[in-house]
Amino acid sequence: MKFGLVLEEMHRSENDLAHHLLVVSERHKVDHEIYHLARDLARWSQQHVRDIAHIAKNYGQNLDPEPRSEAGLMETIREKGSGMVGRRPETGMLLLRDLRELYLKACGVSADWELLAQAAQGMKDKNLLALAEKCHPQTIRQMKWANGKLKESATQILVS
Amino acid sequence: MARIDRIAEPWGTRTPYGSGADWPVRVDTHLAEGVAPEDVDRWVQTASLLHSNGDAMDIAVKDNRIVGVRGRAVDRVNHGRLGPKDLYGWQANASRDRLTKPLIREGGKLVETDWDTAMQRIVDKSKALLAEQGPSALGFYTTGQLFSEEYYTLGTMAHGGIGTNHVDGNTRLCTATAGEALKESFGCDGQPGSYTDVDHADVIALYGHNVAETQAVLWTRMLDRLAGPNPPKIICVDPRRTPVARAATVHLAPRPGTNVALMNGILHEIITNGWVDQEYIRAHTVGYPELEKEVKNYPPALVAEICGVPAEQISEAASIIGHAERLLSTVLQGFYQSNQATAAAVQVNNVNIIRGMLGKPGCGILQMNGQPTAENTRECGADGDLAAFRNWSNDAHIQDLARVWNIDPMSIPHYSPPTHVMQMMRYAEDGSIRMLWVSGTNPAVSLPELARIRGILEQDRLFLVVQDIFLSETAQLADVVLPAATWGEKTGTFTNVDRTVHLSEKAVDPPGEARPDLEIFIDYAHRMGLQDKDGQPLIKWHDPESAFEAWKECTRGRPCDYTGITYAKLRGGSGIQWPCNDENPDGTERIYADGKFWAHPDYCETYGRDLITGAPVEPTEYKALNPEGKAIIKAAEYMPPHELPSQDFPLQLITGRTLYQFHTRTKTGRAPELQAAAPDVWVELSADDAGAYGIAEGDLAEVETPRGSVRAKVRISGIRNGVLFLPFHYGYWDTNGGHQPDGAGRAANELTITDWDAASKQPIFKTAAARVTRISGGDGPSQAPTTTASAPVGDFPEGARTKGIATALADEATGTAGVAR
Repeated sequence: MKFGLVLEEMHRSENDLAHHLLVVSERHKVDHEIYHLARDLARWSQQHVRDIAHIAKNYGQNLDPEPRSEAGLMETIREKGSGMVGRRPETGMLLLRDLRELYLKACGVSADWELLAQAAQGMKDKNLLALAEKCHPQTIRQMKWANGKLKESATQILVS
Repeated sequence: MARIDRIAEPWGTRTPYGSGADWPVRVDTHLAEGVAPEDVDRWVQTASLLHSNGDAMDIAVKDNRIVGVRGRAVDRVNHGRLGPKDLYGWQANASRDRLTKPLIREGGKLVETDWDTAMQRIVDKSKALLAEQGPSALGFYTTGQLFSEEYYTLGTMAHGGIGTNHVDGNTRLCTATAGEALKESFGCDGQPGSYTDVDHADVIALYGHNVAETQAVLWTRMLDRLAGPNPPKIICVDPRRTPVARAATVHLAPRPGTNVALMNGILHEIITNGWVDQEYIRAHTVGYPELEKEVKNYPPALVAEICGVPAEQISEAASIIGHAERLLSTVLQGFYQSNQATAAAVQVNNVNIIRGMLGKPGCGILQMNGQPTAENTRECGADGDLAAFRNWSNDAHIQDLARVWNIDPMSIPHYSPPTHVMQMMRYAEDGSIRMLWVSGTNPAVSLPELARIRGILEQDRLFLVVQDIFLSETAQLADVVLPAATWGEKTGTFTNVDRTVHLSEKAVDPPGEARPDLEIFIDYAHRMGLQDKDGQPLIKWHDPESAFEAWKECTRGRPCDYTGITYAKLRGGSGIQWPCNDENPDGTERIYADGKFWAHPDYCETYGRDLITGAPVEPTEYKALNPEGKAIIKAAEYMPPHELPSQDFPLQLITGRTLYQFHTRTKTGRAPELQAAAPDVWVELSADDAGAYGIAEGDLAEVETPRGSVRAKVRISGIRNGVLFLPFHYGYWDTNGGHQPDGAGRAANELTITDWDAASKQPIFKTAAARVTRISGGDGPSQAPTTTASAPVGDFPEGARTKGIATALADEATGTAGVAR
């Protein structure tokens, strides 16, 4: 059954999204809403990683329940760096690039949840479907947040 | 007629009344020493500009000077009563250090100049920036203390003329969440409740609302109900032992930052026990199933753990609320300035919605305002929203506003949500906002993380204009300072929390060359040559009354409809509640009667936001969710605060206010009776914590967070264990530091975190991790007020209790003629 691959990909893409949210958070510490919210929203993806690993056992998959670790020392360095460059205009373009990537990653995860939910229905796995119904709306909220931030930030950055 | 010390007795003498009865009249008066009522040349009508209650009063004028105030018996808001700030605050107008001439920065120093030179400097800078960068270089940051006419002029000028999206008011700090919570639940701003609901309610639930200090006269009304037959039960949610907490049937003192969990626990009990109005929910709301599902996760036992409140207390409070027949809910800074502000305030709306308790006597919600004219900042678009609650993401609304202003719709920036002040500071920090015009507010003391704010405002590359009545901390950093007239020196209207519009008339001339804010804005608009699409001046009005008439036209057909109000109608009688129009010529006491809301997709002010992420809801999504414009029940999960106590910072710091001071004390600090009542900063901690840290009442202590430190005398109060409280009023204008600390910090905002609610964009002043250290012993108790939430616990010397100075005696007249509506 190809379903194992879906779980594996789901696990990878949620891990990747969580990590990217944390990276964006660290990189834009001077943009306080981005900093705080990206961390909050990373927790959702980290929880999804745990949930996926848990349910994957039912399908004989052995996935790491622990989300990819936070950057540790690198985090401090990036935060300090962001404080110093906070008064330079180039950080704006970097922010737009990061938000765009975040949005696309979240879209990808959203598509993965669609695949998983379709498969769950085909296999009549209620637990799996319930997981998709719990997690997918949060992915969509992550997506809308990134898109909203992109829209809100763009004009000032591009036309100043 | 009695004469009492209204510093020692802030709420005056009780005039008890029962449920459904009229609140008796009591006329409070305070005149300067040696002035008797018969000496007064004239009484000039106004209302209070030192809090949001809208207490109507008359200014006593003698020899063209303000010599006192008297409450207006005929007014629906206060029935003649005045609070301490009303009684004594007027004296600040005549302070010797008022700004009387414009100032410009020359060679690093502010020097006096004339109006032409000052205005030309602003205009030259504006035009240069517009040519070089465009409107995104200009930002306007105003207040909650100007008049409607002024906000509307500012909003029109900035949005319609300059074309910038960077317009906000300091209402962002006090009332943004009130507006946002109402928009989320009802699709539109507009207060569902009325103060008369206090007369009818059998349960009054106050959430993070220390009404005794923030709206003293509204508390007087509640105290009079409590002293009368069939008094209401009071539910109080507050980590401090406020006067409200002391009068409460149930006092819940949650851990700071956990309000959503607490509300979800209360809603859990209400829903589980079936204390809901299913018929109302079916007929008038959308979204109930999501709420049911969400609050299932919050049984009282779990909530008790999160909030640090006994589960039985949560159940008891929920039971009282659940059995209420006429429930009045009120909310203020304890929710608005805390973690998950909007989500928590919306859950309060949900309580009244699912119980069907709206639009009927005693059944209301008061999402309170902090400042006197905050409502107008919101209505007129000076907080960034578009005028008269128009929806920035509805093209038809933009076209309609463009019609009113006679400009091209493309000239109104509506491509994204308005820029809130914290974002404006960020843009000033990254150098893309290059001119900031601050009117009537003091961000160098009132915004969070002051070292950062000072660093931004001090930048050479930022051109800072400050329009104020004193040389505030912020004004000291300005490139141009414009001296403004204030309350009593200019005419205009403003609106209180419960939609009551008052006229405030000019009583005396402003000092020196100071000018009304309205004149300053109009002068700027004309000098800038701002025009409509026919080449006519954009600002077509020239004085307060013509500005009001223009504003009325802008409100026609909108929820805050002023078209039925005139200056003449406001003169002499009571204030009038909007909407006031052809259908409601005497105003409207309660909106949302019969479950009718302003939430229709074509009419609503907003499509809302995600309560957690703040992402705007798309128009199509809203239309699908709420095609018929019902009340919107929005659930929210609890998210822990971003800064939690740690080993280094084991306590939680909350900041707040005291009864006797207002904002950054620019006025109240110059009124002798008020300043003497609360002369300096203090820090509150509980007796247990004081014991644990070896700190005694009156000791000098240092409070630190990762952002800075403040030194203050200690008051041991009834505050929750593990929580510190600092009043935010005390800055540096009356210290050697001038605009910044000279040695130890004094302003609470040295310590606060740069973080805000994602939905309302209101900064979070009440959730920071902190530590406290004893510095030295004191020579007596702290001078914190003993009459209020800062009341001491344990042994306390009688002689050190708060009382008024000799001039604090005020008159009270009960049973006099004058019937309030």
